[in-house]
Amino acid sequence: MSQASDATKGKLKIAIDPVTRIEGHLKAEVLVEGGKVVDAWLSGGMYRGFENILVGRDPRDAAQLTQRLCGVCPTAHSTASCRALDDAFEVKVTTNGRVTRNLIFGANYLQSHILHFYHLAALDFVRGPSKAPFVPRFPHPDLRLDEKTNAAAVDQYVKALEIRRICHEMVAMFGGKMPHISGQVAGGTTEIPTEEKLKEYASRFKVVQKFVSEVYVPTVYLIGSVYKDLFDVGRGYKNCMAYGVFPLDDEESEFLLKSGVYIDGKDEKFDSDLIREYVKYSWFDESCTDLHPSKGKTIPQVHKDGAYSFVKSSRYNKKPVEVGPLARMWVQNPDLSPMGRKQLKELFGIEATKFRDLGDMAFSIMGRHIARAEEAYIVANAIGDIWLKEVKPGEETYVKTNIPVSAEGLGLTEAPRGSLLHYINIKNSVTANYQLMPATLWNTNPRDDMGQRGPVEQALIGCPVPDESNPVNVSRIIRSFDP
Amino acid sequence: MSLTRRDFVKLCTGTVAGFGISQMFNPEIVHALKKFVPNCFWLQGQGCTGCSVSILNSVHPSIAEVLLEAINLDFHPTIMGCEGEQAFSYMFDQAKEQAGKYVLIIEGAVPVAEDGHFCVLGEIEHKDYTMLETTIKMAKDAALVVNVGTCSAYGGIPAAKGNLTESKSVGQVLAENGVKTPVVNIPGCPPHPDWMVGTLVVAINAIEQHGLEKGLAEVVKLLDDEGRPVPFYGKNIHDNCPYLDQFDQDNYADVFTDKSKCRYELGCKGPLSNSDCFKRKWNGGVNWCVENSVCLGCVEPGFPDEMSPFYEPC
Repeated sequence: MSQASDATKGKLKIAIDPVTRIEGHLKAEVLVEGGKVVDAWLSGGMYRGFENILVGRDPRDAAQLTQRLCGVCPTAHSTASCRALDDAFEVKVTTNGRVTRNLIFGANYLQSHILHFYHLAALDFVRGPSKAPFVPRFPHPDLRLDEKTNAAAVDQYVKALEIRRICHEMVAMFGGKMPHISGQVAGGTTEIPTEEKLKEYASRFKVVQKFVSEVYVPTVYLIGSVYKDLFDVGRGYKNCMAYGVFPLDDEESEFLLKSGVYIDGKDEKFDSDLIREYVKYSWFDESCTDLHPSKGKTIPQVHKDGAYSFVKSSRYNKKPVEVGPLARMWVQNPDLSPMGRKQLKELFGIEATKFRDLGDMAFSIMGRHIARAEEAYIVANAIGDIWLKEVKPGEETYVKTNIPVSAEGLGLTEAPRGSLLHYINIKNSVTANYQLMPATLWNTNPRDDMGQRGPVEQALIGCPVPDESNPVNVSRIIRSFDP
Repeated sequence: MSLTRRDFVKLCTGTVAGFGISQMFNPEIVHALKKFVPNCFWLQGQGCTGCSVSILNSVHPSIAEVLLEAINLDFHPTIMGCEGEQAFSYMFDQAKEQAGKYVLIIEGAVPVAEDGHFCVLGEIEHKDYTMLETTIKMAKDAALVVNVGTCSAYGGIPAAKGNLTESKSVGQVLAENGVKTPVVNIPGCPPHPDWMVGTLVVAINAIEQHGLEKGLAEVVKLLDDEGRPVPFYGKNIHDNCPYLDQFDQDNYADVFTDKSKCRYELGCKGPLSNSDCFKRKWNGGVNWCVENSVCLGCVEPGFPDEMSPFYEPC
């Protein structure tokens, strides 16, 4: 963390670079005045240029190459890419293909949420072993768990390593391997589930489900009760967006977690035509700004004046929107888990049955962790109660595809960390344009052409920084998004 | 490290023994693990964190054993408790203290266009450190550079046709900048956790047994022309494929879900690929790419361009 005095008296600019325990390269700068953040800038420090690398290739390669955008959520990119290819190739996936895709992706949801809470975020609240890589830390990291609870949490950290590994085995059962699956392609999945493999999947699933409902969910509420003030920190715009994920019917019209938008306190139907990307403050050429992904361009310009990030500013109807578990749970407004209801009553004195009963508490550091745990509970239930019952051993999961000479396709899904869009334009049977809008970009973008901060930047406003040499709440907010 | 001989043999079974270097893993050497705990620093350049996620899947030994007992992982952006300048300065300070003795592990390629500014890792006193500058600085004083994944080993996807960032492998960047530290490549997209942990353990054993310089020379002897440890990458996937007899009889599957025939016509790059996936398999041995779909050749220097289109025969 570096500090620099601002020209204005009483203001201090703090930089955190690298922001650690996230996927990727991110720098945060905040301006602190009177013990609170009054302005914030997020800078994505890496550009790889997948969009340019995909041009001229066999369109089917996109589903494999784009998975390599993210080793934590490759199945999400595989899903979005295959949906874009299915759309462009005009194929309808079989029922068993759809269900097997849900079994693959669902297992990775559980892996990702568990990894995020225990291995990326938990050290914000738990004192780890006094050995690298768990130390050094800030001198006063605001860790408040009593010794017994802390020791139990460290045990859970180790146990969760094993549980997330088991989730990967579930993914690999039908996905081939993890990270980066071979088992999902345009037209469905590559392996028809056998009785034997389904049994192996189900036996692993039981272990994971037990951990989610009996350990992960209660622990998040318990830790939240020790950090109650963090339910007031990290509000942000309170705008939410979700594309919908885990199709429940073959027309893919109903989703386990539905699509929708919540802006300025109102619920709206999601319309992909309203998506745009802006680059005034991003290291991209001005010709890339204010474009729908179907017209999208990706031309980097490293030395652009005034720009401060490799992330473009994604906007829905010109508004910054938060994506991820909190946004999905807010849009969906599901029943809370029995454990969640019980603990809200016992630990917080709150009578709540639905997610939105949390009110403004949901838009916070701890609210986001709770949303993620509650969502893991829902996805785990769907694996056990819906898809494992619906899947048919021996029934076809794949439809043969043909590459069209020219076509376009849009693939929408929800990565564990939020809304994910892939767009492909095919000309002369090869990829002519491919555009990607991952969840990270929706949340951690810089200011847009209209001057609006990105969602995480906005969530940082008001963040308490009582001691400038220990800006723990800044990265707690950032990490709560799973950026 | 509480790695028992049985665990260790499990880790290496089927690869090491078969290649006639089982003497590398005799019990005395395994015992030596208890004494030598190297400092390790893990940098991430242009990658996807998939190699980090893959090493978390290590079964024998578990990743908790590796982290708590086998190595001192002083810097790893995805799992370390520390952050910001404190984390970055700590890395440089520890590296200075451990000069000549530490292991530098690198995930991701190194972009060199625009003076390396396509990948910035952190800052100290308002100075940005790019992946390019940090790699050279940290590699100079390392005892060994271990490239995990095809991006750092050979450039991988960030260096594929169409890239604008002039991404390169770590080996190439070090050679161009006169850094002579020994380099081991553990390619794969991602590499199998056994390949990463196994190679680290081999290196730790060799150094413990023979001292730093001679030990490293022993490790380098294990490498093929592409810098990969032969125990893990010494056999061709196609030559050892369970579908080989189907190939020999010209029985080719026409759709992915036909599991009775050879996957060659579907685009399998097994004939171009050298690694022990056919035997080791993935994620606790539940599956592997060829059984499930096709091999993409992700362990080879030519990945992805020479393996593309992925779903057309090679």
